[in-house]
Amino acid sequence: MYVSPIREPLIKGSKDYGQVTKDILSPMAGKPSKYWYMGITLSGTAALFGAWATFVTVYYGIGTWGLNKTIGWAWDITNFVWWVGIGHAGTFISAILLLFRQKWRTSINRSAEAMTLMAIAMAGFFPLIHMGRLLLGFFIFPYPNTRALWVNFNSPLLWDVFAITTYLLVSLIFWYVGLIPDLGTVRDKATGKIKKAIYGFLSFGWTGSVRQWTRHETVSLILAGLAAPLVFSVHTIVSFDFATSVIPGWHTTIFPPYFVSGAVFSGFAMVLTLLIVARKALNLEEYITIGHIENMNKVIIITGSIVGIAYITEFFIAWYSGVEYEMYTFVNRATGPYAWAYWIMMTCNVITPQLFWIKKIRTNVVATFIISIFVNIGMWFERFVIVVTSLHRDYLPSSWSMYKPTFVEVALFVGTLGIFFTLFLLFIRVFPVIAIAEVKSVLKSAGENKKELHHE
Amino acid sequence: MEKKYFKSIEELRVDTSRTIDIHAKGDKHFILQAEKESAALPPTSRRDFLKAFGFTIASAAVVSSCEQPVRKAIPFLIQPEGIVPGKASYYASTFFDGIDYCSVLVKVRDGRPIKIEGNNLSSVTKGGTNARTQASVLNLYDNIRYKNPLKEGAESSWDLVDGEIVSKLRQISSRNGKIVLLTPTIISPSTKAAIAEFVAAFPGAEAVTYDVASASGMLQANELSFGKAFIPSYRFDKADFIVSFDADFLGSWLSPIEYTKLYMQNRRLTDGKKTMSRHIHYEGAMSLTGSNADYRIQLRPSQQKLALAHLLNELKRLSGQPATQLPAISHDMSDLASNLMKHRGKALVVSGSNSKDEQLLVNEINHLLDSYGNTIETDVELKTRQGIDSKMATLVDEMNAGKVAALLVMDVNPAYDYPKANEFAEGLKKVELSVSLNFAQDETSALTTYVCPDHHYLEAWNDAEVKTGYYSLSQPAIRPIFNTRSAQESLLRWSGNTDDFRHYIQNWWEKNLFTANDQHLLFTSFWNQKLHDGVYESAKRETDPYVYNPLPAEAVMQKAAAATLPDSIDLVFYTNVSVGTGKHANNPWLQELPDPVTKVCWDNYLMISPKLAGEMGISDEQLVEVNGLSLPALIQPGQEYKTLAVALGYGRQNAGVPANGVGQNAYALLQAEDGNISYVLSGVTPNPQSGTFALARTQTHHSLEGRELLRETTLEEYLEKPNAGNEAHEKAEHHMKTLYPPVEIDGLHWGMAIDLNACTGCNACVVACSAENNVPVVGKEQVMAAREMHWIRIDRYYKGDEHDPEVIRQPVMCQHCDNAPCENVCPVAATTHSNEGLNQMAYNRCIGTRYCANNCPYKVRRFNYLDYTGADAFKGNRYDPTEMTTDLRRLVLNPDVTVRAKGVIEKCSFCVQRIQDKKLQAKNENRQLRDGEIIPACGQACPADAIVFGNLNDKNSKVSQYFASERNYHLLEEIHTLPSVGYLTKVKNRTV
Repeated sequence: MYVSPIREPLIKGSKDYGQVTKDILSPMAGKPSKYWYMGITLSGTAALFGAWATFVTVYYGIGTWGLNKTIGWAWDITNFVWWVGIGHAGTFISAILLLFRQKWRTSINRSAEAMTLMAIAMAGFFPLIHMGRLLLGFFIFPYPNTRALWVNFNSPLLWDVFAITTYLLVSLIFWYVGLIPDLGTVRDKATGKIKKAIYGFLSFGWTGSVRQWTRHETVSLILAGLAAPLVFSVHTIVSFDFATSVIPGWHTTIFPPYFVSGAVFSGFAMVLTLLIVARKALNLEEYITIGHIENMNKVIIITGSIVGIAYITEFFIAWYSGVEYEMYTFVNRATGPYAWAYWIMMTCNVITPQLFWIKKIRTNVVATFIISIFVNIGMWFERFVIVVTSLHRDYLPSSWSMYKPTFVEVALFVGTLGIFFTLFLLFIRVFPVIAIAEVKSVLKSAGENKKELHHE
Repeated sequence: MEKKYFKSIEELRVDTSRTIDIHAKGDKHFILQAEKESAALPPTSRRDFLKAFGFTIASAAVVSSCEQPVRKAIPFLIQPEGIVPGKASYYASTFFDGIDYCSVLVKVRDGRPIKIEGNNLSSVTKGGTNARTQASVLNLYDNIRYKNPLKEGAESSWDLVDGEIVSKLRQISSRNGKIVLLTPTIISPSTKAAIAEFVAAFPGAEAVTYDVASASGMLQANELSFGKAFIPSYRFDKADFIVSFDADFLGSWLSPIEYTKLYMQNRRLTDGKKTMSRHIHYEGAMSLTGSNADYRIQLRPSQQKLALAHLLNELKRLSGQPATQLPAISHDMSDLASNLMKHRGKALVVSGSNSKDEQLLVNEINHLLDSYGNTIETDVELKTRQGIDSKMATLVDEMNAGKVAALLVMDVNPAYDYPKANEFAEGLKKVELSVSLNFAQDETSALTTYVCPDHHYLEAWNDAEVKTGYYSLSQPAIRPIFNTRSAQESLLRWSGNTDDFRHYIQNWWEKNLFTANDQHLLFTSFWNQKLHDGVYESAKRETDPYVYNPLPAEAVMQKAAAATLPDSIDLVFYTNVSVGTGKHANNPWLQELPDPVTKVCWDNYLMISPKLAGEMGISDEQLVEVNGLSLPALIQPGQEYKTLAVALGYGRQNAGVPANGVGQNAYALLQAEDGNISYVLSGVTPNPQSGTFALARTQTHHSLEGRELLRETTLEEYLEKPNAGNEAHEKAEHHMKTLYPPVEIDGLHWGMAIDLNACTGCNACVVACSAENNVPVVGKEQVMAAREMHWIRIDRYYKGDEHDPEVIRQPVMCQHCDNAPCENVCPVAATTHSNEGLNQMAYNRCIGTRYCANNCPYKVRRFNYLDYTGADAFKGNRYDPTEMTTDLRRLVLNPDVTVRAKGVIEKCSFCVQRIQDKKLQAKNENRQLRDGEIIPACGQACPADAIVFGNLNDKNSKVSQYFASERNYHLLEEIHTLPSVGYLTKVKNRTV
């Protein structure tokens, strides 16, 4: 395949296939570093903290949170939407970019997808815990029962259940299917007997025959086709939780595109946050190059700008609608008691990402890392602003109220962060963080050695 | 004979060998059939056995591991007559606690009184109630009730205490020692007879009346003006022009339920009425009545006397009498005087002051306005205030001087609520015999040697004459729960009369009332009828000729002429609509009731004007010390510049949980003026302190933000255009278009109409709702977290500037929208629409997503954030700081309404249990439901008849007529939720 010579090589360091395998499998080999142990201790502690908060919530009730008669959702749903949003990058990278034949995705899709799965799992936890009574979670499934009880298909919360579970399942399958050839490689390189047996089982007897490869490619493509619309549908449906309601600030038709771009925005930011650390720690700078980071930053500029325009459009529409409640809600967002949250959101989501227009900044690893953290924070506040500031002052001023999180709520969020990072740390020890087979497939056309050949 | 060997008797008797023999002989047919049968059966192998065995064991284990709660339903051994299990009975009774009077019906379910309703047959209260009356049923189940007679704090027996008390009384009496029986105002003629008998039995005994909410100034003034200490009947219904000087007659003054009924008769604009009274209110602190007035004028209480004198002067001038030269005041009374004169004979001036002088001036004003005989009836006396403050003061002095040998307190608690409570307590130590007849633990009973606990009024027989000729009866609605005895019976027993009090009352009625009646020939039928009705209204009137004597008022005018006007800060003491004087402080429903003006519950506080607070640098909730009392400040819009106010009735020390330590006791600050307790203290200096104290408020935002949620107009505009102020309704109707098929409800379609013009915000509905629907009490901490559970709330907004705002109120409960935003968002369909238009909750289906609460534009849905009721499956996580879930207090629960568990949403159901009950009744009687037959608890309780409920599909129903009114609108109708609750615009009789 022809690749323009001006393009940066996707893989640096004139690798051959053997070297690629060795490089990528190196984080899995040997004993973990002390940084890894420190990381997993920290995240594991955070996870235990979350477990404690879960117990407290289930035993004593949602009263251990800061919610009240006016504000029925706050950190719970903020965290839910935030995690769902983060879970958007992986599938976007692997499915949409696959369909668009973006070769640069090969270096990042594996870890991004893994992150997606973990994020979706974390997201799924919040709708369950926010009911306070986890044991009744099964009520939301339409299962046949003698009492003829059925779920309410009009409720966006039910749509969420289906959207999230579908997305989780398809992403999981997609990720695993992509993993199979690499698991074969891991099996072949494995030294211990047990390890060999386990990876042998997990790789489903992958031999790398042409027939297997053809089928693998076909399945990948079909799954990509299936997953691509899901990227848009999941957050669209999540946005329906708000858009179909009557609360000013929620009842907005702009929400589906606004939420999807926001999700991709936050997802890429989280991928960057993780990979900038991972590529350094795992010595994968030659695979995840500045070029990759730059590409992702470009996606961030685009999605960040869409989000910014959406914020402004909301204001315009609030004024244009002539609805006094709507107008008040938006003025209140920017100037009311929660204005600080709004301005954090505006700064982190709209202003700082614009710095990526400057090439020096978007190719700078440290700057990217900092801005990606900003975006993570900004996107969390976006959901907080939508959920809490819309609710705290809605129609009847008599019921207006204020919200303050409690220790338990913070602990639940910290807990999910803990589980997320624990899983990620386990992931880098257990599975290849970069799709070996896919990287190899682009090595010939976009590797540095190929580029060099062209130059000669 | 064949010799037969046998192993057992069975073998011998039943010839088992024979059947075996047949087969043994080889019955081929049988064998073949048996083989065939066994082939048809599936072969049972060892494996099958193990499977079945395993399955059985496993399922047995599973089933037995699910612990089934043991529920015992014990039927009556002998079915009591007239009691159907599961069906409520109603008994007419009378609530009088020395302060409020109300004729009531007691709803009894399975032997337990669970709800108080107003009695429509009474022409005094006319079916109305107030918050305290509604809450009184919970006092029956108060955790701090005495369970036995006590001697020196230890449990004793009636025989023992009776013996000791009687011997001591006799001993004291024989040496002419002074015996005092201290009671609140007694309106029961039989009790008065019993007291008289007691006083007669012990020479030297005396009964002293002590009123906590005193009207002794008025009694004395009337004695001077008319020659008799009495309180007349005020006819607010006959008055077209009402001027009140700090008389909170809708909330706490004399007979608020009666006055609310009467006042609203002349204020309501439904049923084609086109006129309403004008109400002008002068006050310093913002009161419930003041906030309902057409014009509220700020007047510092210490200037009130002079203002009244000025008004009298102007009236005199208008009627051509010589005026007195008076010091100038900032208020011009000439307009008011000429307006009053215009309404001569139809005007009414009242004052809430306990100053004899002020009441004399008011008498003179009313005399000049021809109010007597028109808007004030002197031939029907109100009997609910009879205490003269100076008599109590004398008693306390005598006690301290050691002149009182025996003190019996009956239903009063001076150790808490007497201004000089310490002196009283000191004096009590010098009393040889001290007996408390109070029914529950309190500060006074803790100091007495003997406690002879009275019944709660729902356990006792009693009678009352609230106004001249207006009699009513109390009857037990439950067998006494504890080893208590009616106080009257105790007195009779000690006087040597062993009659039981029921019989005693009957005797009294037979002698005094039956003889005058002309309807019943037999006393039994008379008695049964009156007991059934709860009331007996005879034609008896006071016959004394009232001759008005203007001289005392003239003397006050002369005094006023010489008065100087100090520019000091006044402190007003008031009783609120919830705990009132503090007598019912240990009632969680009342403690959690938000004040109608400030929306604060669980505390008292110092109300301060925004201007004064600004000048002194006092911020909201900052602690302020005033005359030794440290209270959190509450900046109250509309408070007069230099007027502070504090509620009485808080700071109980010995009243149990939750009353103990709630708020501060302000009684100690009260001072007497001319022998009468003054509820105003002049010349106080508030000292801001460094700390703050958080108050629990159910509403924290007080402006409507220009939203058309609460629509109002003036009478003039209304007469010109009936939909004045409600123009937005037409616009909303015009825009009411939908893509969806219109909501159609056949048959019954429940709806509620609320007349904002009638609602005073008295909160009776809130307590009634809590009682009817088992609404949990959550305590101060949770109210501060904005988690109160009330199904109905009264929103209060201020309009205008903070220094002199208008107040508007709106009761809000579930609007039962026909296009309900809450219903379609529930993922499990736990909240649905009934085919009668009710928005209903299936509590055990609710999983607690709270999406419905978020999506409710009215914010009426309440979530059980914690295990407030003890209904949760987990043990040990109950949150009940107010001790509402003790076994005793739980007796008040309505068995028709589910007690909700943690994690469940709840809200107003339009009292669906009442709807079902009446529907069933109509079905059994094979008839249609009648309009007005179903009344939800809030509507039943309302003393202003502001809430109307009925079938919207019946065009003749009252609610349909209200809905058809041009004043009708729906809350947030523009968002197309199609509420089943309508509001009628508020109309104020004022010229803007």
